[in-house]
Amino acid sequence: MDLEIRNLSHKYNDLEVLKSISLEIRSGQIVCIVGPSGCGKSTLLRMIGGLEQPTSGGVYQIGEPPADSLNPLTYIFQDFALLPWRTAWGNISLVLEEHNLGAEAVRERIENVLERTRLTEFANAYPRQLSGGMKQRVAIARALAVNPAVLLMDEPLSALDSQTRELLMDDFVALWQREAFTACYVTHNLAEAVALGHKIIVLSRRPGVIRNVVEIPVPIGERQHGSPELIEIQDQLWEMMREEALSADRELADV
Amino acid sequence: MSDLAQRRDDVVTPTQDDETRKVRYRGGGFSPKPRAFIAPIVFLVLVVIWEIGSHFGLIPPIVLPSPSEVLQALKDLVQSGLLWKHLSASLYRLIIGFTCGTILGLAAGALIGLWSYPRAALRPLVAAIFPIPKIALLPLFIIWFGIGEGSKVATILFGSFFPTVIATYGGIDAVDRSLINMGQSFNLSRWSIIRKIIFPSALPAILNGMRISASISIILLVAAEMIGAEYGIGAYVLLAGNLMSTDQLIAGVILLSILGLVVSYLISLAEQYFLRWRK
Repeated sequence: MDLEIRNLSHKYNDLEVLKSISLEIRSGQIVCIVGPSGCGKSTLLRMIGGLEQPTSGGVYQIGEPPADSLNPLTYIFQDFALLPWRTAWGNISLVLEEHNLGAEAVRERIENVLERTRLTEFANAYPRQLSGGMKQRVAIARALAVNPAVLLMDEPLSALDSQTRELLMDDFVALWQREAFTACYVTHNLAEAVALGHKIIVLSRRPGVIRNVVEIPVPIGERQHGSPELIEIQDQLWEMMREEALSADRELADV
Repeated sequence: MSDLAQRRDDVVTPTQDDETRKVRYRGGGFSPKPRAFIAPIVFLVLVVIWEIGSHFGLIPPIVLPSPSEVLQALKDLVQSGLLWKHLSASLYRLIIGFTCGTILGLAAGALIGLWSYPRAALRPLVAAIFPIPKIALLPLFIIWFGIGEGSKVATILFGSFFPTVIATYGGIDAVDRSLINMGQSFNLSRWSIIRKIIFPSALPAILNGMRISASISIILLVAAEMIGAEYGIGAYVLLAGNLMSTDQLIAGVILLSILGLVVSYLISLAEQYFLRWRK
């Protein structure tokens, strides 16, 4: 299943947030959206998954999602969004409970995703007992449990410290290599975008328009941390964003 | 040049005759620790002083009977079988009134918390009726429901209803939006979101509200029983006062204290069980 965003614009009252955004997310591709803070990239992601409605234009699914996908468009949130009164296991079973899978199938699914995210021994831990990185891994396991057709990731690493971030990035890469998934990854961190993206969409500051699309030909598995190629791309991206970020920073928040 | 080197040296290694002091610890404090043995000692000391004072006539018996007399009054109450009669009458009113008030309050609070029209309709009404001291409504309830059990139960029901409503919709209003969004993003049904996300989120606030409504219920119970009841702890205390038998009066007050403690203990148990994920 591919996703296509066609001529999407959004206004909050009179304030233009996003303007004529058109882009495609192809199956098996990771598309990263980067931009200065307040450019509407998170809003765009919420629209892609149907959590918010654009003023005009829209998001279209091309083709059918795989038959075993319980929730084709699945989010991974910045703040994890785990229920504190449920264990890691319970948080994953939450999203499977309504699908009449049968107890055995649910158990298998949960065990499988816990194993894939290396959380098996933490199945019975409550979120308060887990570190930030572990919490996000529970959220990733929960997202994988419904066999998503497209993963929508809203700055999934931004609430974590930099070491944990590196580790989880490696996890993402390993997960993708094991089974290529489709994803839209919103971030303000260019290193993350360069490490994970097949295609990087650079948004301008408000009103957010697509300023540039950068494709990275290097396969995700072969990207070396700090290789000159990637650093060059990252520098290019930074050049594009620098001025935008600078002027976005100087804007009054409530204008 | 040598001057400069000299000075730099000074900074790095202070000379012997410079005073060396350990940095004074100034953190800590402001965190009371549990001291389990203090409470029983204070209690015992007070009772002993009271007994001694009564024994030597420092406290006139009409003002305050001695603890032993109060104990005797309690014994009489148990032996005559009246304790159970009073207690059961009170518990019956309290349990029915509080349970119905809480259930209706939860329902109304959920309506206000979850849907726009009930919210617009009921919230001002609740705000207007909540501050009325419910005892003021007791005469009206007596006219409506009669002097018997009806008016007493209705008063307690009313008294526990409003704090529960407010606690419930307050709790629902405070539910973390991102959790609801998460539920929606996984296509959970509306009913699932209410049951599995909103209700557990609001539960701490609801239990807090129950604490308040339970103590209000006990106050109203005693007040209602003082206005017109044959049996009940409130009636017992009032009668004892009319007969100037302060020993019975104090015995009744002690029963009320125990009742309050038991109720708050039960709510603590409920909190420990339902909110065990918080610790």
